Amino acid sequence: MDYGLKPLGREKFWLWAMLTPTLIGLVFGALGSVIATIVLSFAKWDLLTSPTWAGLENYNDLFKDPKILLSLTNTIKFSALYVPGVVIISLLIAVLLNRKIRGLSLFRTAYFLPAVTSAVATALVWQMIYGRDTGILNFILERLGMQAVCWLCTGNAMYSVVIVNIWGAIGEGMIIFLAGLTAIPREYYEAAELDGANGTNQFFRLTVPLITPSIFFMTLITTINAFQAYDYIYILTRRSQGDSSVPVMVFSIYRNAWNFFNYGGASAQAVELTVMVAVLMAFYFWLERRYVVYE
Amino acid sequence: MSKQNQKLFLDVVTYTLLILGMVLMVGPFLWMVSTSFKLPGDQFTKTLIPPTFTLDNFRELFSVNLNFPLLFWNSAYISILVTIGQLLTCAMAAFCFAVVRFKGRDILFTCLLLTLLIPPQVTLIPNFIIFKYMHLIGTSVPLWLPAFWGGAFGTFLLRQYFLTIPRDLVDAARVDGASLVQIFWKIYMPLGRPALAALAIFSFQGAWNDLLHPLVYMPSVPNTMLTVGLAFFQQQMTHGGKFTVLMSGALISILPLLLVFFFAQKQFIEGIALSGVKR
Repeated sequence: MDYGLKPLGREKFWLWAMLTPTLIGLVFGALGSVIATIVLSFAKWDLLTSPTWAGLENYNDLFKDPKILLSLTNTIKFSALYVPGVVIISLLIAVLLNRKIRGLSLFRTAYFLPAVTSAVATALVWQMIYGRDTGILNFILERLGMQAVCWLCTGNAMYSVVIVNIWGAIGEGMIIFLAGLTAIPREYYEAAELDGANGTNQFFRLTVPLITPSIFFMTLITTINAFQAYDYIYILTRRSQGDSSVPVMVFSIYRNAWNFFNYGGASAQAVELTVMVAVLMAFYFWLERRYVVYE
Repeated sequence: MSKQNQKLFLDVVTYTLLILGMVLMVGPFLWMVSTSFKLPGDQFTKTLIPPTFTLDNFRELFSVNLNFPLLFWNSAYISILVTIGQLLTCAMAAFCFAVVRFKGRDILFTCLLLTLLIPPQVTLIPNFIIFKYMHLIGTSVPLWLPAFWGGAFGTFLLRQYFLTIPRDLVDAARVDGASLVQIFWKIYMPLGRPALAALAIFSFQGAWNDLLHPLVYMPSVPNTMLTVGLAFFQQQMTHGGKFTVLMSGALISILPLLLVFFFAQKQFIEGIALSGVKR
């Protein structure tokens, strides 16, 4: 409250006028939606007949329905592979790019391309690349004398999908880490050099602690993205009748609501997803207080 | 190893890894371009240069039965409306939070930031029900209207930037008798251009590439967005279709953003750094 311009007279009106859209969004878009979703999660409603009270039935299903459980374990597996993959690979690329190299902007553009373009469009190419008999990947493997792999069959599909998702996300991570890395003063490295620290030592004793804020931030947003991953999975793993070989939670929510008209059940899943993300965020912020170094 | 040899070794490793990575990142795009210029009969050939170069795929794309131009137009105007809505409403709110002193400012801003934690899937179901009762499913309104309610991400991004604009300018304008709205429109909007450009790009990109929301609100072809249309074409492929046509569609769908990216690369990259570092 101590800084800022004081509105004079009728300007109070303009102030609140400018804030009105945001207030509407807060009250209806955010608060209202959350309450509505929570209320819906205790109901059975197909939007055609009138809703009936379901009590905890939808929440019981979360732990009993094998399809919902599968989507939950898939989301957890996916995140466990995806989050470290994105964070480590984009950090590695950023570190390489941060060495004084030629062609920085060329590399940066190339690595950033997938982050710009639509996941639907690029997933379509990946589907061609992964093709069992016709794909370029198996063609290369066979040329190298290896066995062809069914990349998008159940069992492998999870890993193939994680690879594509990581491919799509490292561009953004690279930029965030590059910004963090360039903020480290050069003198620190010169001092470390004088003290006789070698490259590995410098990386783990100097670079990593100093970019823990970037690592923290990246892990945070990558986790949120992991729980909401949808586009690549939708295109790459969709089977006939709208099923998926790697159904994750968002896929399951969509299917439950818009294919099976079980809006109450889908709401319960949405609540579950939110609670899981919130718990993880709380855990991350606890970690932040212990391990993240702010200058 | 001597110091010099060590540096040479590290350089070789760096460039090898970076070039290898670049091939993996760009490869799928080259494959997309290459396939979209191949004859349908050559769609599974393993050469990067099409055996016979053709434009037929693009011609077929724009023939009547696919309605590809309609998809493109829908994606374009929806994304532009979303961008305008976000720029306007987020900038107004960001200005109030960054510059003006009023009761409840900090608590309101905190509430807004907390909404970042709400996954879009949570708001999707109640919003869908409301729009369904308003008979707006199948129209584009549910896709662009919420952009005019502001948003935590955009407001936060712009506020952080507005805070860096020197306050002396405001004081000087005040002495000259400028009103609140004038200060917003004549000082903060022009000086906030880099952050506004970044937000414009993010908003446009988010709307253009979105799959889940158009799938819910405009689910049926042909009156839908490019992403849903492409997903629909893909589904039809299972009955034996032309991947070459699909690839040319994918190529055209990413073209606008590629152009924006090449011309506004700086804003793109600085915008991400801006949202990531200055927390």
